[in-house]
Amino acid sequence: MATTLRDLRLADARVEPAERVAERKFPALHALRELLADLVSDRVALVGAIGFLIVLLLAATAPYTADQYTKQNLRMRLSPPALTIDGEFNYHYLLGTDQLGRPILDRIIHGSRVSLLVGLGVVSVTGLFGTVLGLLAGYFGGRVDTLIMRWIDIQTAFPGLLVALTLLIMLGPSLQNMMFALMINGWMIFARIVRGVTLSLREEVFVKAARVIGASDLRIVFAHLLPNLVSPILTIAVMELARIILAEAALSFLGMGIQPPESSWGLMLSDGRDYMAKAWWLVTFPGVAIGLSVLFINMVAGWLRSVTDPQQRFKKASKEA
Amino acid sequence: MVGYLLRRLFYATISVAAVSVLVFVITRVIGDPVKLMLPLEATEAQREQMRETLGLNDPLLVQFARFSWDALRGDFGNSLWQRVPALPLVIDRLPATFLLSFAAMGLAILFAVPLGVLAALRPRSLLDHACSLGSLAGMCVASNWLGLMFILVFAVNLGWFYTSGYGTLKHLVLPAVTLAAAPLGRITQIVRSSVLDELGRNYVTAARARGLSEQTVIMGHALKNAAIPIVTLSGWELSRLLAGFTVIVEVVFGWPGVGLLAMDAIRRQDLFLLQADVFVVGVLVVALNLLIDMTYGWFDPRIRLT
Repeated sequence: MATTLRDLRLADARVEPAERVAERKFPALHALRELLADLVSDRVALVGAIGFLIVLLLAATAPYTADQYTKQNLRMRLSPPALTIDGEFNYHYLLGTDQLGRPILDRIIHGSRVSLLVGLGVVSVTGLFGTVLGLLAGYFGGRVDTLIMRWIDIQTAFPGLLVALTLLIMLGPSLQNMMFALMINGWMIFARIVRGVTLSLREEVFVKAARVIGASDLRIVFAHLLPNLVSPILTIAVMELARIILAEAALSFLGMGIQPPESSWGLMLSDGRDYMAKAWWLVTFPGVAIGLSVLFINMVAGWLRSVTDPQQRFKKASKEA
Repeated sequence: MVGYLLRRLFYATISVAAVSVLVFVITRVIGDPVKLMLPLEATEAQREQMRETLGLNDPLLVQFARFSWDALRGDFGNSLWQRVPALPLVIDRLPATFLLSFAAMGLAILFAVPLGVLAALRPRSLLDHACSLGSLAGMCVASNWLGLMFILVFAVNLGWFYTSGYGTLKHLVLPAVTLAAAPLGRITQIVRSSVLDELGRNYVTAARARGLSEQTVIMGHALKNAAIPIVTLSGWELSRLLAGFTVIVEVVFGWPGVGLLAMDAIRRQDLFLLQADVFVVGVLVVALNLLIDMTYGWFDPRIRLT
């Protein structure tokens, strides 16, 4: 029997793959699933994502699993990493104790809460502020653009850490003040990137078309620009998260961040410094915690950049072929 | 070219002015200098007297005019801790900071360029993977922790270098290597990617077709053209070091530079010394950025026109 073109078309319509139906019906869900599939296929990114999830989980469950982080035990001071205490298994002392006999493991797990709180808190504020300013500069251009870009240039030239230290000595070191000091210095990169992408999007046909049919500025920004800005913003946010975690460790190390008896990775480094020659575990493990968390985050950031940047994506595809 | 330079210089001056305005706002408007400088048990009368002597009861604008005028003349007041003018104290510390940051940048570039080129020549080889891994590690490690680990291993246990201090090469090695770790990683990556980009271009193929040796092609052609992003990034890395990372490394190794001075000023609640320190580092960073802007045009004549 001869197959006509019409038959083929019918056959095609009948066996529309489930995938394509999903893509048609739930575009956002489909994009998410595709992103996840890509994540699983990229081994480095998968390790990073799983590692970061573990850090999140540990931070979330810290009050139950690491409840002894301020419990002093002078009989146990500076004891080396051990699996058992008095012949009984006790995971709290797995990484040894500090100069007051507090378990290092518990203090590290509690420290992750500070790092994540500061990191996520600061990045969400700087991301929002930077995005708004970047959109204003890129979308309206002209005088607004010049003004905002000049502001960014000037602030980029500030000696960030010293300004943050000056602010903290005047306000007094605390968690909130440290976050405030870190926010002041972190928004410029968001504004710069968002402005750049907005500038090129503004000239795209779909934005021009939207304007021609009379869409308001707000509608263009929210319906047409922002969806295209999500991936660059997300990528920078993840990279900034890593940077802020390192910055928090530095400020707390210098005594201008988290104050004792609370626990933070930077604080543990400066506390352990005096006992370092006798007890290596005091400074070693908090530093490993910082390094690993930042590494996991950077692994995810590298992958995000490669899926969201078309140029990188092309390179990746040609590598696989 | 002259117009461009003048414009840049003008913006640099504005940046310096902005730094001093920010310092003024932080120390006089947001914070209370008297509360910081006097002990907790000081009486209200003593506080009032100090406010009067420092001129803190005047209107903010008057205070700011006085502050700017003094700053212009290089007068930041006397250090409360050492009882001498603050600015010379900071200037005295500059050579140590310069030595440390230039040594670190020198180390980073010295290792990053050959490593990056080798990695670019053999993409996805063992060396390339080792370089990416090393770069990532350098970028992820906290410099205060790295410094402490170096002290523990190389100074305390092996005794090769000194734990802290200033003077000889034995003092310099550990802080310089610590400071170099992050820039080394980032510069290696940029060298790799920019050389890789250049190697794929037509002029490289043409140079090879003309029968030039591989060495000439890479060193004379590809690397030379890849220099712009490398130099730019290096300058930017240096300004990052000065703006923050040296402070941490100087504190870890007791290196007597401007960063350690700032921390000492903070510990002794010496506000005027801290102000002078922030101002000097601010000027340094701005000057460095100006220099980087100028090298753009020098390395790439196309940019000079704009």
